[in-house]
Amino acid sequence: MIARRGELPGWVDLGLLPLLNLLAAFVVSGLIVVLLGENPFRAVELLVWGAFGYGEAIGYTLFYATNFIFTGLAVAIAFHCGLFNIGGEGQAYLGGLGVGLVGLYLGFLPFALILPLAVLAAALFGGFWAFVPGWLQARRGSHVVITTIMFNFIAAALMTYLLVNVLIAPGQQGPESATFAENAWLPQLHDLLEAVGIEIPFSPLNLSFVFGLLCCLLLWVFVWQTRWGYALRVVGQNEAAAVYGGISPARQIMLAMTISGALAGFVGLNEIMGAQHRLILGFTGGYGFVGIAVALMGRNHPVGIVLAALLFGALYQGGSELSFDMPRISRDWVVVIQGLVILFAGALENLFRPYVVALFARRLPAEAVA
Amino acid sequence: MDQIFLQTLLLTDSTLRLAAPLVLAALAGLFAERSGVVDIALEGKMLGGAFAAAATAAVTGSAWIGLLAAIGFSIGLAMVHGFACITTRGNQVVSGMALNITVAGLAPTLADAWFGQAGRTPLLGEGARFTPISLPFAETLRGVPVLGPIYAELISGHNILVYAAAAAVPLVAWIVYRTRFGLRLRAVGENPSAVDTAGISVTAMRYQALIVTGVLCGIAGAYLSTAHNASFIRDMTAGKGYLALAALIFGKWRPVPALCACLLFAFTDAVQIRLQGTSLPLIGTVPTQAIQSLPYILTVLLLAGFVGRAVAPKAIGTPYVKER
Repeated sequence: MIARRGELPGWVDLGLLPLLNLLAAFVVSGLIVVLLGENPFRAVELLVWGAFGYGEAIGYTLFYATNFIFTGLAVAIAFHCGLFNIGGEGQAYLGGLGVGLVGLYLGFLPFALILPLAVLAAALFGGFWAFVPGWLQARRGSHVVITTIMFNFIAAALMTYLLVNVLIAPGQQGPESATFAENAWLPQLHDLLEAVGIEIPFSPLNLSFVFGLLCCLLLWVFVWQTRWGYALRVVGQNEAAAVYGGISPARQIMLAMTISGALAGFVGLNEIMGAQHRLILGFTGGYGFVGIAVALMGRNHPVGIVLAALLFGALYQGGSELSFDMPRISRDWVVVIQGLVILFAGALENLFRPYVVALFARRLPAEAVA
Repeated sequence: MDQIFLQTLLLTDSTLRLAAPLVLAALAGLFAERSGVVDIALEGKMLGGAFAAAATAAVTGSAWIGLLAAIGFSIGLAMVHGFACITTRGNQVVSGMALNITVAGLAPTLADAWFGQAGRTPLLGEGARFTPISLPFAETLRGVPVLGPIYAELISGHNILVYAAAAAVPLVAWIVYRTRFGLRLRAVGENPSAVDTAGISVTAMRYQALIVTGVLCGIAGAYLSTAHNASFIRDMTAGKGYLALAALIFGKWRPVPALCACLLFAFTDAVQIRLQGTSLPLIGTVPTQAIQSLPYILTVLLLAGFVGRAVAPKAIGTPYVKER
């Protein structure tokens, strides 16, 4: 998170450099396709078609993007406070548990009551799973990175236990809960639009997408337009200055982690309430980790996060289509791309910077001096 | 009585088998972290090593060439980590995460494309894996009461990588505490500018430490796919890299305590496998998940200072910037 402002024009810092990093990740991913003996350009063509080529594909792309918006925002708010939350996976898992409990046990309520309860449950469960590591860092000095990794494993064990022993539907072979009553389902967009006479193809895309965009707006307001967000950013950038300014870093750390966990927990809304309509094992499918890539690509800004989430949503959806058309390329290739994007956009973010800085220093000598 | 003795023996035996990769990976992490580089990519390097070993052994029919491939691939990953963290001064946790995810995707992608068995490698035959070694007189001494079975069951009959893991602990302890390299390693993780002042390159030290990390992770990976199992399976490390990291922290970044933590974690795993579905007197059925998550809960408690105190090397996680 080395940000040296003023060294480069804003559009280079926020646009060109991330694009260069992304390009590098794509080039390496393309080389892997060559290694597998396929044509990378044909692969890209199939991937883009698989992600945007027809209505159903777009629906799925946006559905996946919804998960990535939530986990991306979760990583970003923690980053703003100088924290690295790797626990999105576990927090999303717990958030899904909260949603699942509402769906299973409060399914008799009217939808208008279930919806806010489910949102609250997702936020509470996910938030709690991040609050504890936050509290441990703030009050006991244990590093949030290690604690959140441990919490991912504890969450996985807990969910397996609950699904195998407690929540499993009677007579069910695999560990999954009963299906929720239908009024505990989040309406899918194709149903909603059909009601007003617009026909779109079937996909699990649901109201969570709209909620995700709303969260982006709320996060922007919170981080940049309120004093709470300001305090949070001060702690992230300079803890000593925060203490000097009368801000308690411990409180901000706990607050940032709780919000982060709550956002990650909303993955449960999209996956459990919007698509699965029951609790299953492993529904988080690595979304929490992809959130790191999304936040890094999106430069921790809601607009960037939406764009990056769309990119990763397209990769997810297009990647699975691609694996049908090119059997030599498995779905796992998309995971490689995610890893490489995190590598180039995150860990190697300083790789191209010195060259770009040198380039601009030469081209704009007057400005650089001023 | 005999039954209890035999059960204990078998449990200890499987503890050793499960501990071997943890020990190797924890020692690997020790070098990286003692030099000041956070390494959450133990998982990825192990997984990469496991794949490289199984794939190479399947093609060449030699477990040893597989082991070399695993070490080579793992060092390569460690060097990428080093380039990102040391040379470009990137975020070390982000880099580690990136490697873990990349390898988690790359290994099954390559396995799928090369062997066409849904992300696995072919089953390895006899010569292509590390098989149990019978130590001399294991069978003749079996009849000796108490010591005989201990020698025959517990000490003899492991594959060579288990013995390598056992030998690595005193070796690493000696390197870290008794050699010049070890002194510099510890210094560079605590106070890199002092090391720099003494005319030793911080960059070179950290790269060297990461090479050792790569070697040990490679062996750990090869153990998983060519000794403990007979092929590479998708995600076969299943969090062992993170568990090794937890053991390293639990052992306060020291070789022998880290070994003890690995044995403890492996023991919980062995107990968990043994207890599956059985009911204990008084306690009833213990959920296996509770035992499985025990190492993670213990690590959280330790880090929070509820059981002892773990203090990380001082310079860990911060890239070194030479003063100009």
